[in-house]
Amino acid sequence: MFFWSLVLIAVGIFSSFIYGRSRIKLNSKKQGTKSKSLPNYYAQYVLMWCLFPALIVYFSWAIFQEQIIQNIVISNFEFIEGAVYNEGLLLAEIRNVANNPSFADGKSIEIINAASHYSSLKQISQISFYTSIIIMMLLGALYASQKLKPEFHVQHTIERYIQYILIFCSSVAIFTTLGIVFSLIFESLRFFAEVSISEFLFSTEWYPFIPIREGQTAAEGSFGAVPIFAGTFLVMVVAMCVAGPLGILTAIYLAEYASQRVRKTVKPLLEILAGIPTIVYGFFAFVSVAPFVKAFGQSIGIDASPTSALAAGMVMGVMIIPFISSLSDDVINSVPQSLREASLGIGANKAETIKKVILPAALPGIVGAFLLAISRAIGETMIVVVAAGTAPNLTGNPFENVTTVTVQIVVALIGDQEFDNPRTLSAFALGLVLFVITLFLNIIALQIVKRYRERYE
Amino acid sequence: MNNSVAKEKIVSLRKKRSLEDMRFKYYGFTAMCLSLAVLVFLLYTIFSKGYTAFQKTIVLLEVDYNQEVLKLTPDSSDEEMEKGKFFRVKKQAIENFFPDLSKSDIKLVKKLFSINVDNEIKDYFLDNPEVINTKQQIWVTAHSDVDQLLKGNSRRDVPEDRRKLNDIQLSYVDQLVEENRVKQVFNNFFFTKADSRHPEIAGVAGSFMGSLFTLFTVFILSFPIAIGASVYLEEFAPKNRITELIEVNISNLAAVPSIVFGLLGLGVLLNVFGLPRSTPLVGGSVLALMTLPTIIIACRASLKAVPPSIKEGALAVGATKTQAVFHHVVPLALPGTLTGTIIGLAQALGETAPLIMIGMIAFIPNIPTGLTEPSAALPVQIYLWVESAERGFQEKSAAAIMVILIFLFMMNAIAVFLRNRFERKW
Repeated sequence: MFFWSLVLIAVGIFSSFIYGRSRIKLNSKKQGTKSKSLPNYYAQYVLMWCLFPALIVYFSWAIFQEQIIQNIVISNFEFIEGAVYNEGLLLAEIRNVANNPSFADGKSIEIINAASHYSSLKQISQISFYTSIIIMMLLGALYASQKLKPEFHVQHTIERYIQYILIFCSSVAIFTTLGIVFSLIFESLRFFAEVSISEFLFSTEWYPFIPIREGQTAAEGSFGAVPIFAGTFLVMVVAMCVAGPLGILTAIYLAEYASQRVRKTVKPLLEILAGIPTIVYGFFAFVSVAPFVKAFGQSIGIDASPTSALAAGMVMGVMIIPFISSLSDDVINSVPQSLREASLGIGANKAETIKKVILPAALPGIVGAFLLAISRAIGETMIVVVAAGTAPNLTGNPFENVTTVTVQIVVALIGDQEFDNPRTLSAFALGLVLFVITLFLNIIALQIVKRYRERYE
Repeated sequence: MNNSVAKEKIVSLRKKRSLEDMRFKYYGFTAMCLSLAVLVFLLYTIFSKGYTAFQKTIVLLEVDYNQEVLKLTPDSSDEEMEKGKFFRVKKQAIENFFPDLSKSDIKLVKKLFSINVDNEIKDYFLDNPEVINTKQQIWVTAHSDVDQLLKGNSRRDVPEDRRKLNDIQLSYVDQLVEENRVKQVFNNFFFTKADSRHPEIAGVAGSFMGSLFTLFTVFILSFPIAIGASVYLEEFAPKNRITELIEVNISNLAAVPSIVFGLLGLGVLLNVFGLPRSTPLVGGSVLALMTLPTIIIACRASLKAVPPSIKEGALAVGATKTQAVFHHVVPLALPGTLTGTIIGLAQALGETAPLIMIGMIAFIPNIPTGLTEPSAALPVQIYLWVESAERGFQEKSAAAIMVILIFLFMMNAIAVFLRNRFERKW
């Protein structure tokens, strides 16, 4: 449906362009004057007036059609008294029957009726969709062609429209942020209506099970997120223990010691590390590192579980190395040469210069790089989903199974998503925490780096 | 006397200091080598675990296309042939696979074959209808357990109750190997089939197409928007608070964890707008929003690299600002913006978490053909296979990783090529 409507729109705008061009040429010939702008601009004007109404119709249909039809179908559904219905399942069933008549065997008469209702509504919607697109395009083109007079300064108008389009494009970023903030806050409020904030933030019991049947109190869930935060912190610490030293030392070597040729080959190789999808690291952690960690734990007498904070953290550390090394490399390179020369000039050797002059001078930038890396580590999902486990253990032992914020979000949203129970909604509350923390870290880091840059510029 | 002691001290101190210098240098060198060694080890792990997935095991099976068993005649129409009783032919073939099989043995033998054998017997017949009433030796796909055993991925020496194949089945497999009735060939299923519950017939074609559709959506959405936004911010935007807000916003969005974008997709695109779940359309939209900051930053850099003299020249001969920007600056910056977009797309290709959030993790056993059809994506497919308990899926996940890495490598190569071919130094 939507493909052919796109073709329709394309045909419409093409013909409107041709029409606008010939129309303005005709008009200016009739009046015997030259038009104020080039004919193409008039054609573009008609085109825009043809395209935008059509797009509005297109997107409103794409967004609202299904919902409206579903609401109508459900509100006309002949509910049998006493029977309990699950709206989502019911709709899926109706849709299946409507799309594929072979599913109709053995279904109740209400569902078959609803399905035929559904498909007839779909048909009506489709016909009115095409007609309204055509009408809107015609109306737009008609309105625009009224204005095609040679004395009309159409170029100014076009340029104003272009400005609007550009402003819209730049505000997409703002809409995205607003969308994130509002969806997180809105769903989190629904969550906190059922679970108190203090329980969420300070309680140490995370059992997100919900009663399966109504009135079943034995399995009431509890949502204390402290073990999750602790697990996230533990994995992050392990990752930074790996990535911090390796990243900084690599950056120092590349910036201060390595020859141009080594730099030129090693830097792209490190970028490969940064470009590998995180699920690949997850695989690596799962098949190589986790068994190794388990064997190592057993050899020193610790009973390690097959998935552990250590395995996930180590691999995450490897993932972050290029992040830290390239940021620190930039920072070290922007330390003024004069500082280096002064230090070497009073007799310090290279290592002393680096340790006593360059690193202290570059410290703020390196701290900024670390903060960015930490925010990256906290938000990383696939490695921990595959390699850290899902058990909410409150432990400081890296050989044990831990769980993180991102893992719990994934766990809560895989499978059935019922937006009226706290288990699903907890994902949004956790997402809100994650968003706030990473945003906070990021803002601080960017501030530090910015101030540091200003100092040496 | 005193002098020489001092000199000695200085010499030993200098030795110590230069030793320290050396040591520090080698720390850095080791750190660098360690990072690179991990990269090599990672690639080696993937290759060594995955290369076997490009081969499958097939078994020679003698099939008797008897017309009574098939309930067909030599002049049946094509439609009737479609409905032939091929499962009975297969049953018979398996019963006669080894001489003198007892009932319980037949059950064991049956488990050596893939579930797909029915289809293969049928396809062979439909391709060669003249074989009716003859006995044919055809190669059919073996079960994943046999496949894994012959590839050496599962071990024989574990106790029988923890093995997929019991001792009798092992002896059957050995007999097949001895009689040359089993061999390994190129695994075409891996590239032509979608996901399956049975490892031996699971492939990446479905998720590959899903990823392509997703990337297409990302490109369609993010490229024009990114160019528009960066042109506005770089060329037109007045220096005021709102512009600054947009810029801060973009740089912060770049650091928001990808999973939060998944929550955005779930909360807004699926729940508010009601777009279809598990489809490349939604996945692509979410990934487009996620990669937008990256692409905008790259586009702005390439717009900035066009020297102002070009714009000024256009303005001087009477072009309006819009004309100067769109006729002169943007075309010159286009290769750079394309490079940035491809790098953004490469990032989107590897992203898994947001797609899981919007339901692209569902089990989809067929190859998608459009943007609004439920489909899988390559990284999610890898995740599903990694998590799967079935042994045969592990090599598949490693092989799928190879596919995605090659895909990524090609995208980056195109980006580098574009940059080298079209980038101009002013």
